[in-house]
Amino acid sequence: MSVIGQSTSPDLAGDSSPEHVVDPVVRRSGVDRIFRGVASGSGILTFILMGLIGGFLLLKGYDALKVAGWGFLTDSEWAPDQGGKFGIAAILPFTVQIAVVALFIAVPVALSTALFITEYAPRKLRRVLTAMIDLLAAVPSLIYGLWGLFYLQPRLITLSKWMADHMGWVPFFHVDDQYGTSLGIFPSSTFVSGVIVSLMVIPICTAVMREVFSQAPPGEREGAMALGGTRWGVVRDVILPFGRGGIIGGSMLGLGRALGETIAVTLIISPAFTAKWSILDQGSNSIAALIALKFSESSTFGISALMAAGLALFIITLLVNAAASTVVSKSRSGASTEI
Amino acid sequence: MTSTDTTSSNTTTMSSDISLLDPGHKAAGLTATNVACWFGTKKVLEGVNLDMAPGQVTALIGPSGCGKSTFLRTLNRMHELVPSATLAGEILIDGVDIYRGAIPVTDVRRRIGMVFQKPNPFPAMTVAENVLAGLKLSGLKTTRSERDDLIESCLSKAGLWNEVKNRLGDPGRALSGGQQQRLCIARSLAVSPQVLLMDEPCSALDPTSTRRIEQTISEISETITVVIVTHNMQQAQRVSHRCAFFLAAENEPGRIIEEGPTKDIFTNPRDSRTNDYVNGRFG
Ligand SMILES: Nc1ncnc2c1ncn2[C@@H]1O[C@H](COP(=O)(O)OP(=O)(O)OP(=O)(O)O)[C@@H](O)[C@H]1O
Ligand SMILES: [Mg+2]
Repeated sequence: MSVIGQSTSPDLAGDSSPEHVVDPVVRRSGVDRIFRGVASGSGILTFILMGLIGGFLLLKGYDALKVAGWGFLTDSEWAPDQGGKFGIAAILPFTVQIAVVALFIAVPVALSTALFITEYAPRKLRRVLTAMIDLLAAVPSLIYGLWGLFYLQPRLITLSKWMADHMGWVPFFHVDDQYGTSLGIFPSSTFVSGVIVSLMVIPICTAVMREVFSQAPPGEREGAMALGGTRWGVVRDVILPFGRGGIIGGSMLGLGRALGETIAVTLIISPAFTAKWSILDQGSNSIAALIALKFSESSTFGISALMAAGLALFIITLLVNAAASTVVSKSRSGASTEI
Repeated sequence: MTSTDTTSSNTTTMSSDISLLDPGHKAAGLTATNVACWFGTKKVLEGVNLDMAPGQVTALIGPSGCGKSTFLRTLNRMHELVPSATLAGEILIDGVDIYRGAIPVTDVRRRIGMVFQKPNPFPAMTVAENVLAGLKLSGLKTTRSERDDLIESCLSKAGLWNEVKNRLGDPGRALSGGQQQRLCIARSLAVSPQVLLMDEPCSALDPTSTRRIEQTISEISETITVVIVTHNMQQAQRVSHRCAFFLAAENEPGRIIEEGPTKDIFTNPRDSRTNDYVNGRFG
């Protein structure tokens, strides 16, 4: 009995024992082999590059890490050049806080914008909006930073004060100030920089989500319409389940950018080295901003410490992306009904 | 057939209790008057008049590209989803215009269901959820026992119940092509349409599945008006009461050449082109 072609799952193949299972032989043509070589070469290159970056950061940061020991994770202050302690116990939480604020705003906005563009906008408007989003995604973050600094920051202060006054019972919005909630304590906060970072994250998230939504299988879409589905019904039962991977992927891309955003944060914050829950008042920080601010004035050892901080950022980003890709691989974006 | 008694009567009979959601449900008639269709500036259908009487099965036949699918899609307002598609003429369901009348478009599509040529179940939903998808999509609330009854009765009517009753929790994509198509039929029946449009529903199916679906059509046609596009002449003769022959001359829009009782179209056609087509001489 020949079992070629039905051998992929031996336990389902009934009476055929595993010895009968055939390993399909694939003969590749010359062109195919070359293409395969090039493609897998580039794939491997990505791994090598990541290894090189991680290795480089580890090597450069090693001196500082040796001195700081576990204190690198538990110390808040940053004084490597003064012979003092240094660690990421404050700047890492600040970094994450800014990124979370940014995503908290960016993801809902991006999601609804992408849905509006693909599902609700008239055809002409759709084309215009798509082009504009792509354009916004290409604007350098410095521009957002400058605009945020001069236009948005003064306006966000009032909002910050309102939130502190009326929503102070939320731990994040609680402001502890001896002078009460005077406007002067709000400009350089986690919140303001998070909002400005969200502006540069929104176009990227939107572009990714829009692209995925627009690829939702037309057959399923029409199937849902033909059952009397409302637009929202189609979005909920066809577009969102299909686009789940894209939503997560787009958000993670945004998170990566938010975690690493340098210029906008550097322009806005006044550096702080004590972790806190509240996001509205003066003082924040981020690893990227720290590196940008300190790099030119640091000794060799100071730079080693900055490299170690960079390594921490690198690892966080990798972890976030690994977590995201496991979620994405469990969803079905890109797969449609096959006959 | 008023099944207002929704307490679990638990009957597995194949009788018509699709009236679950709409006790006054009965087959509706469709009338197309002088329908013309365009894609952009290209006119693909012209002067189509067709009466699809309640409770009858109407077959649309004709060579490829003559506009059968296009016509079918005008009947439940799917045509307008195609960018640049336009149409003229009038389509009435029980005398009410579906384009200009007071019926919301979602209701039009729920009352006039559609089964597509390529099976398109919702792959992420389970088999059971697929059957109930139409209710969810149009926001209809049902009780647990109503849902269970509906799942069983619709899957039975589509001839799929015995194959899937033990795997109602499997995703829709795990079924074979023929099973998927029957799942799509079950899904359409669950919203108790008054008309069911079928676009070559059996073209991807094996003879057994095909026969099952034909049987389903005969069973549902008492309560649901059926309009079916088919390339299979035997199928048209087996399932339909009336038959319309579409033809598009080269570079001209398609029109109905001849329409009448199926028996007449196949045994005694008035037009020689109909005669040629049904006897397999062109197309
Ligand atoms: N989306 C579209 N855009 C432009 N032209 C279209 C579109 N859909 C169909 N047509 C054209 O309309 C005409 C009728 O197509 P239709 O699909 O209705 O034919 P059909 O009778 O269903 O053919 P078949 O038996 O092959 O399914 C064809 O000439 C086709 O090229
Ligand atoms: Mg067709």
